[in-house]
Amino acid sequence: MYVAVKGGETAITNAHKLLEKKRRGDLSIKALSVAQIQEQLALAVARVMTEGGIYDPQLAALAIKQSAGDLVEAIFLLRAYRTTLNRFYVSNPIDTGTMHVERRISATFKDVPGGQMLGATFDYTHRLLDFTLLADGRTPEQVSSKLCPEQDSHTQKTSDSMTRVLQMLERENLIVTEEDNHQPPVDITQDPPTYPCNRSARLQALVRGDEGFLLALGYSTQRGYGRNHPFAGEIRIGWVDVSLTPDELGFAVDIGQIQVSECEMINGFSKLNDDNDSNADEIKFTRGYGLAFGDNERKTLSMALVDRALQADQYDEERSSPAQQEEFILAHCDNVEAAGFVSHLKLPHYVDFQSELELLRRLQAAQHTTQGDS
Amino acid sequence: MTSQQTPRQYWMSIMAKSAASELLSLSDTEAAQQDFEVIRAPEIGLTQVRGRMGGTGSQFNLGDMTITRCVVLSAQGFYGYGYVAGRDKRHAERAAQLDAILQDEACFDRVMTHVITPLTKKLEQQQDNHTKEVAQTKVNFFTLVRGED
Repeated sequence: MYVAVKGGETAITNAHKLLEKKRRGDLSIKALSVAQIQEQLALAVARVMTEGGIYDPQLAALAIKQSAGDLVEAIFLLRAYRTTLNRFYVSNPIDTGTMHVERRISATFKDVPGGQMLGATFDYTHRLLDFTLLADGRTPEQVSSKLCPEQDSHTQKTSDSMTRVLQMLERENLIVTEEDNHQPPVDITQDPPTYPCNRSARLQALVRGDEGFLLALGYSTQRGYGRNHPFAGEIRIGWVDVSLTPDELGFAVDIGQIQVSECEMINGFSKLNDDNDSNADEIKFTRGYGLAFGDNERKTLSMALVDRALQADQYDEERSSPAQQEEFILAHCDNVEAAGFVSHLKLPHYVDFQSELELLRRLQAAQHTTQGDS
Repeated sequence: MTSQQTPRQYWMSIMAKSAASELLSLSDTEAAQQDFEVIRAPEIGLTQVRGRMGGTGSQFNLGDMTITRCVVLSAQGFYGYGYVAGRDKRHAERAAQLDAILQDEACFDRVMTHVITPLTKKLEQQQDNHTKEVAQTKVNFFTLVRGED
């Protein structure tokens, strides 16, 4: 138990000054601008936006600068800022089917309508340190805008002709369909989840959840702890329109575009355990879904694996592995909450510890007396 | 303009998606010619962004995004609304002013020609360049026959 302390103001002020100095580093080296972080550390920005819960690349870059690159601290800063803003509107659901794709791959079909675009990816790089970057000043080679002979001209019309991969399986009745229940989704930022919770609450918690934690849980399902036999059916990264319908206008208006990453996982076939569902009674592939702000592929893969593992009850699967424990995962995946409670151990616990110390001394004394008696 | 959009939805969409600097530089003179009463000063807030499970199913909350909104009344009596992603108050205010101007038939053609059409072209061009770049990474994997019998 923590008992409040007071005092230490001067030391704390000086510690914060020192932090500021340390954050800035050697003054002979030029300071990083927020714009540089936003443009050149875009993947860190994407993670901070997703787990921080606000899409705003400039704010996320500022948070990264202020936290000296501690992304969990940056996420905390963004969450704190979030509480200072009013929520004006709720958007119409984004349509990832009309995404302007920057990357689109499928690990399940070689030929998919619209083709597979690798986009800007670390995949297939050799993971060798590039010392030319250390030498500085190199401008990346321009990708030519002329099409190579092997590329047909229709690849230019990307989003229009890109059917969703899983829809092709849906049409053949081989995979469970995602039905719209027309229910307003739960908002865990307004109503803390109670367990068991519905999938909308779960997905929202997983979006905000720590990437490392979810990655480890996803990995555990692959190693046999809640096996669900995943295939990356389709991964998309790109830009989608965001629109909302303000009461004062009564029609939908676009407010801009955001970059998102999406992963649709195809999982091992099973029979759905629900009499009211059109999917029931027939053995089909099952699915997991991952969605995140920015270029955030690993997060969406992890999220999709955990989303599927948490659907255990629907498919009569025994919840025997960590990745299948809903309350355990959702109550512990938020790194702001987790870091907060772990970090509070650093605060002075003098009174609490004194009582433990005294108790231990009394017990030892009692033990010595008994030993002396015998 | 897409087939589902009304003209007003179209111009609001173009102004929201365009870079603030480009919208402002193309419309400075147009906005300076008119007086506007500010009904709701530009204010920054959040909009919750929703996605769908599996891309097509039930809705869930993905997170929030910043938004700036503004309402003005033009001297001709048109209410202009601006809703733009991000935290740029000038962007939202200018979008609201032009929304009011564009509803005025006397100004419509001029503003479409000098502001909205160039912005549309710019967005299309950016999109086109982008698509061509991505198309360079189109991949065809070949499945190899494995050695075992």
